[in-house]
Amino acid sequence: MSQETLRIQKISGHAGTVAGEGTQREYTICKLIDTTTCIGCKACEVACMEWNDLPFGETIFGNTYQTMPETRWNYWNLILFNEHEREDGSLMWLMRKNQCMHCADPGCLAACPSDGAIVQYTNGIVDFQQANCIGCGYCITGCPFDIPKLNPQTKRVFKCTLCTDRVGEGLEPACIKSCPTGCLHFGSKDDMLDLAEKRAKQLRDHSNYPNAGVYDPKGVGGTSVVYVLHDAANPELYGGLPKDPHIPWSVKLWKGPLKWLGNVAMVGGLIGLFVHYLRFGPKDRDEEEMKAETKS
Amino acid sequence: MNPTRRDFLKLTTVGGAAAAVFGFDLKPAYAQLRVLKIARANETRSTCPYCAVGCGTIIYTIGDRAKNVTAQVVHVEGDPDHPTNRGTLCPKGASLEQDILNDRRLLKPQVRRPGGTQWEDISWDDALNEIAARVKKTRDESFIEKDANGHTVNRTESIAWIGGCTDTNEFNYLVVKAMRALGVVHLENQARV
Amino acid sequence: MTNGWVDIKNTDMMLIMGGNPAENHPCGFKWAIEAKRNRNAKIISVDPRFTRTSSVADLFCQIRAGSDIAFLGGVINYAIENNRIAKDYLVNFTNAAFVVKNDFKLPGDTDGVFSGFDAGKHTYDRASWNYAAAGGAANAGAPGAPAPLPEKVDYDLTLQNPNCVFQLLKKHYSRYTPEMVERITGIPKDQFLKAAEMYTSIRKDGDMKMAGTIIYAVGWTQHSFGTQIIRTAAMLQLLLGNVGRAGGGVNALRGHSNIQGATDMAGLFDTLPGYLKVPTPGDASFDAWMKRATPTSSKPAPWDSWNYYGNTPKFTVSLLKAMYGDAATKQNGWAFDYLPKVDRDYSWTHLWDDMYNGTVKGMLAFGMNGVAIGPDSNKNIDALKKAEWLVVGEIYPDETSEFWKSPRVIAQGDMKQIQTTVYRLPCAGFAEKDGSFTNSARWLLWKNAAVPMPGDCRLDHGIVAQIFLKVRDLYKKDGGKFPDPIMNLTWNYSDRLNPPLAEVLKEMNGKALADLEDPATKQQIKAGQQLPGFAWLKDDGTTSCGIWIYAGSFTEAGNQTARRDPSDPSGMGVHPGWGWSWPANRRVLYNRASCDVDGKPWDPSRRQVWWNETTQKWVGNDVPDFKADSHPKDHMGPFIMNPEGVGRIFAPLGAFADGPFPEHYEPIESPIVNPLHAGQSTNPMVTRFKDADDKFGTTKDGFNVVCTTFRLTEHYHYWTKNNPMNVQLVPEPFIEMAAEMADEMGIRGGEHVKVSSARGEYIAKAMVTKRIKSMMIDGKKTYQIGIPFHWGYRGIAEDEGKTARNLVNSLTHTAADPNAHTPEFKGFLVKVEKV
Repeated sequence: MSQETLRIQKISGHAGTVAGEGTQREYTICKLIDTTTCIGCKACEVACMEWNDLPFGETIFGNTYQTMPETRWNYWNLILFNEHEREDGSLMWLMRKNQCMHCADPGCLAACPSDGAIVQYTNGIVDFQQANCIGCGYCITGCPFDIPKLNPQTKRVFKCTLCTDRVGEGLEPACIKSCPTGCLHFGSKDDMLDLAEKRAKQLRDHSNYPNAGVYDPKGVGGTSVVYVLHDAANPELYGGLPKDPHIPWSVKLWKGPLKWLGNVAMVGGLIGLFVHYLRFGPKDRDEEEMKAETKS
Repeated sequence: MNPTRRDFLKLTTVGGAAAAVFGFDLKPAYAQLRVLKIARANETRSTCPYCAVGCGTIIYTIGDRAKNVTAQVVHVEGDPDHPTNRGTLCPKGASLEQDILNDRRLLKPQVRRPGGTQWEDISWDDALNEIAARVKKTRDESFIEKDANGHTVNRTESIAWIGGCTDTNEFNYLVVKAMRALGVVHLENQARV
Repeated sequence: MTNGWVDIKNTDMMLIMGGNPAENHPCGFKWAIEAKRNRNAKIISVDPRFTRTSSVADLFCQIRAGSDIAFLGGVINYAIENNRIAKDYLVNFTNAAFVVKNDFKLPGDTDGVFSGFDAGKHTYDRASWNYAAAGGAANAGAPGAPAPLPEKVDYDLTLQNPNCVFQLLKKHYSRYTPEMVERITGIPKDQFLKAAEMYTSIRKDGDMKMAGTIIYAVGWTQHSFGTQIIRTAAMLQLLLGNVGRAGGGVNALRGHSNIQGATDMAGLFDTLPGYLKVPTPGDASFDAWMKRATPTSSKPAPWDSWNYYGNTPKFTVSLLKAMYGDAATKQNGWAFDYLPKVDRDYSWTHLWDDMYNGTVKGMLAFGMNGVAIGPDSNKNIDALKKAEWLVVGEIYPDETSEFWKSPRVIAQGDMKQIQTTVYRLPCAGFAEKDGSFTNSARWLLWKNAAVPMPGDCRLDHGIVAQIFLKVRDLYKKDGGKFPDPIMNLTWNYSDRLNPPLAEVLKEMNGKALADLEDPATKQQIKAGQQLPGFAWLKDDGTTSCGIWIYAGSFTEAGNQTARRDPSDPSGMGVHPGWGWSWPANRRVLYNRASCDVDGKPWDPSRRQVWWNETTQKWVGNDVPDFKADSHPKDHMGPFIMNPEGVGRIFAPLGAFADGPFPEHYEPIESPIVNPLHAGQSTNPMVTRFKDADDKFGTTKDGFNVVCTTFRLTEHYHYWTKNNPMNVQLVPEPFIEMAAEMADEMGIRGGEHVKVSSARGEYIAKAMVTKRIKSMMIDGKKTYQIGIPFHWGYRGIAEDEGKTARNLVNSLTHTAADPNAHTPEFKGFLVKVEKV
C-alpha cells in the first residue's frame, strides 16, 4: 500500500475502515486569507488557472470587477467584490478570495455516495478524485459554501485541490505563492491561527476595525482555510460568507443517526440515482446548462 | 447556480446518501495524487516584461537543455529569491505563459503598400532593403546641415523613432546610437507619455 | 524613485496620489502592506476614484483630476502653519535660507504669473528667478548673457528675511487654505484636514525619527503642469525632511518594464545618455557646449558643494568616445559635429504634429503603439495617413500598424487614398531574448532567454542593427548627405547583425582606452579593461563610456546586473548583492540626508549611512551618496547633483519653464475658472497646437463632466488584450460612473454609454458604482468619470466583435507640460449620453 493511501483519513462512500486513519503523523496545513490586505488583484485566480492548466471560459461584464458571479468547475478560485457603505458614508470595498474551505468535517465528503470520489488527507486537504466521481452532485448540496461545481459534459465535479501535487512535493499552493500583498499565507493550522489572531488584534488596536476577527467556523469542525475579516460579526458582507455554516441536516441525518436506515434502504439510493438520471441524463439539457453556466 | 437544480439535489440527497453508505466496494478508494508538472522542467530566470516593479520570474520549459529538444514553456512562476517580488506575481505576470505561447503572435514580415487594403507577405531581405533605402532617401532629402542662422545642426526632422520602454537597456543604447548617428531628433519613447 | 520598492517597508506614512500601485504595481505594493503590517504605517489614498489602493488605505480623499497642486500646496501650508516641519533639515539641507532677488514676484502678487512674464509672447524673462548674491554683489556673468547663479549666495539661517526662500514659500502657499483646497479639489475641508494632519503627523513636535513617502505615477505626469505637481511633492518632502531617508523619498512607480532604462538611455530628444544636456545650434563648439552645460557651484560662502555635474565634460567625452571611437578626437571636439543639434521641441506631441503637417515623413515604431498610447488618437491616425512610410516592430497586431484599416479610416472610406507604406516586422518576446531592464528602483537586472522565437521572428536589436548596417552600406556605396557619423559609429560587436547584449552592456559601462592610475590610491587600470565606476572617467579621451550612470554595471568582475545574492545584511531591504543599481550600486539617493548635520542618523533604528569619526569616512549599509571623506563640519550639501548642494525648495532660473514654485493652474479643459486667479486660469507656458484636429471643449458646449483614464490590474496597457487569461478576467471595456449620476441619467450598470469630447467619442458599458461620487467644485456640483484604456481595434475581444472597437485616447487632447513635454491626458472634459 502506497504512502499516499496512508495519508488519507476519510473516504467518501466507503464501507469499513480507512487504512490510513491514525497511522501517520502529519501536521495539518492551512491557508490564511487576510481580507484586510487583499487588493483584489486576482493573481491567485490566474495562478490557480495556470497551475492547474484549466481551460478558459467566457465571461461577460457584470457591473463589477468580479471575474464571474461564482466559481465554476474550471474556475476554482474567485475573488468576490462587495461595495459596502459604512454608517458615516465612507466606503469599504471588501474583497474575499472564495474557494474550497477544506473543512475538517467536510459536507461534500459526507454527502458523496461514491467510494473514494472524495478523500480527506491527514493534512486536512479535501480532494476530489474525478476517476471515482459519478457526477451525482450530492457534494454540491453537502457543501455549505457552494463550492463544488459539475462539469456537465464529463459529469465530474471539480473544486480547489489545495494543490495536492505541490503540497505533496513540499511546495506551497499556487495561489499562495502568487499573492502580491501576502494577504494569502500558508503553513500549519496552528501557525496560521496564531498569525490570524495577531493580525486581527493589530486591526482592533491600530486601525479603525473594532470588530476585526478570525473566521474558522466550528460548525464544519473548523477549516483549513481561515479568514481575517475587518468585521467578523458580519461575514455575510463578504459575498455571503455564512455566519455559522453547517453540513445540511439531510446529509447529517443520513450519515449520523439514520445511517442504519441507509444501509438497508438500497432502494432509496437507487431511486436517488434514477431521479438523478432523469435530471442530468439527457444530453440537450447538459448543453443548455453549460451555456447558462458560461454566461452567468 | 441554477436554483431548480439545487432544489432537486436537496430533495434527493437522502436517497443518494443511502445508496452510498450501503457499502458496495466497487473499486479501491486510492487517492490519485497528481504529479508535479514542473518536477524536471528546465528553469530560466527572467524578468517580467510588464510594469517597472521588475519582478523576477522563472520560466519552466520542457527538456533539460539537451540538444535535441526545442524548449517550450510549460509554466511561469515568480522567482522566490528576487528581493522585490519574493515569488509573487500579479495577474499579468502570472499569465505570462499565455503571452509566450500565444496564437496571435506576428510570425512573418508583412507590408501594406500605398492604397492597399490588406497585408502582403514580404521577405526579410526585401523588407530590410526597402526600409534602409527609405531611411536613406528621407534622410538625404531632409538633412539640415546648417540652420537659418548659419549654425551647424546636422539633423533630419523627417524621420521619427518611437519605442524602447519594453525592451532592454542594450536595445535602447543601440537605438540611441544609430538614431543619433542618422541625425534623428524626433526621438521619443513611452517615458514621455 | 529616489528610494526603492523594498525600501517602502521602512516607511511610517504613505501618501499615494496620482498612482494606483495596488492595481498597477501589486508586487511592489506588497512593501506598502508590509509597512502597515510591521510598522502600523498609514496609507492616504488621494484619487479621482476609490481604487483597489484606496480599499486598503487608512484614509481616502476623492480629488478632482488635475487639482493635485492645490492639495499638496494645502498640505505645505498646513505643515508650516502647524509647525510640522523638519527645521534643522530645512535650514541645512535645502535652500530655505537662501535669499532671493528683490525683484522676484509671486503669482499672488502679479495676477497669477511670476515676475518676468511677457503676456504677448507667453514667455518668461527668468532673470528675477535667482538668488541674491552675498554682500549685494551683482551676479557675475558674461556680458549680454543672462546672469547665472551667484557663486556666493546671500542667506539667513534664522529664516526670517522676508525674501528668503522659506518666507516666500510660506507666503505663496498661505493662499492654499483648507477652504481654497476644497473649492479647487472638491475634497471637503474636514477630509482634507484629516489627510494633512495624518501626513504631517510624522513631524509632530519636530521629531525626526519617522519617515513618510510619496508615491505617484502618470496621474501626476500627464497634466499641463505635471512636472510642477511632482515638484510640489518634492518640496513637501524636503520641508518634512523625508528625502534621502529610508522609507521616505519621492517615488515614481513607472509603468513599463524598462521605462526607467529607456529614460536613462535618452531615447528622448532632449537628453543624452545619463541625463546629459543635448547640444544646441548656439553651441559653437564642444567647449562652448560644455561651458553652457556644466554648472558651477552656488551656495552660502561657508558651506561646501560637490556640484557633481561639474564632471559633465568627463561624462560627455567618454560618451562620444563610446559612440565614435577613434573618430572622436580632441581636434574635432570629440566628433561634436556628429551630434544633431536641438533648439526646439521635438517631443511626443510635436512629433505627431510635425507628421500631421508633413515634416515627419517616416517613422520607426518598436514596441510602442503610438496611435493608442498618447492623446488624440484621431489626430495621430490622420498624421500617419500623411506619412510616406512606417516601420512597426511588434509581437502582436497593434492599432498603429493597422491605422490604415482603423474604424476611423473605414468610416471615412479613404483607405485606398492612403499612400503610406507600412512594414510590420515580427519581433522577439521578452522570454526570447536576454539583456537588462532597469526597474523603477533603478536596479538593473539581467534576464536570460528561455525559449526560441516562433516563426520568422527576429531579435529587435538585430533588426535595428540590420537596418542601420544596410543604411551604412548604402552610404558607402552611393554617398549622401553628411555620412561621417554613420560611417564612424562604433559597431564592433562579435556579431554585428545581432549584437550580443552582454557586449553592448560592456560598452555602456565603459573601459579604459589607455593605462590609468588613480593618483590618490595608486590603483591602476590597464588599457582595454572595464572601468569600475564613473569616478574613473576622463575628459581627455582616455576613457569610453556609453552612459556614465551605468559605469560599474559590467566591470572586470563581470556582469554586475546578473548578480543573484538575495541577502540583506542590514534588514532594511538594501540587497546590495542583487543586480546592480545606478548610481554606483547605491539604493537610496541623497542618503547623506538620512543623518543630521553632524553625520548621525536621524533615526538610529534605521541606519543607512553615517560619518565614522575613526576612519574619517562616510560608511553605511548603503553606498553613501556623498563625497566619502567630506567631514560634516565642512557642511557639504547632501544634494550633490545640485550646484547649491542642497535641495531646491525654490528652483532658480531656467530649472522650470513655468515658475520657481508650483502654482495651481486649471487643466486646459476644466469645469471652473481658476479660483486663485481668474485672469490666468491655465498654465501660461503650456504647449498647444492649432490644427484642425486640435479642438477643445468647454462647459458652455455641454462638456461638463470631468473624465480621467486609468489602468486595471487585470490588464497591461495595450498588450494583454491579446492574452486569453487577462481577457477572461476583464473581457471588455467599461466606463466608471457614480451611481447618483447614473440614476439621474437613467443608466443602469451594463448599459451602453457614449462619452464624447470635442475630439472624439467612446462607447462602452457603464459600470455604475459607489466608488465615484459627485463633487462640489467651486460651488458647482460636478461629476467625474473614469475609463480604463486597455482596448482598441485589435485584440481578442475586438476581433470577436465584442467591443465598439474604439480608443479612449480619441477623447483626449494634445497640450503639453512645458517642462517634461508630457501631454495632458489624465484630465479633460466630456459629455455622457445613454445610447
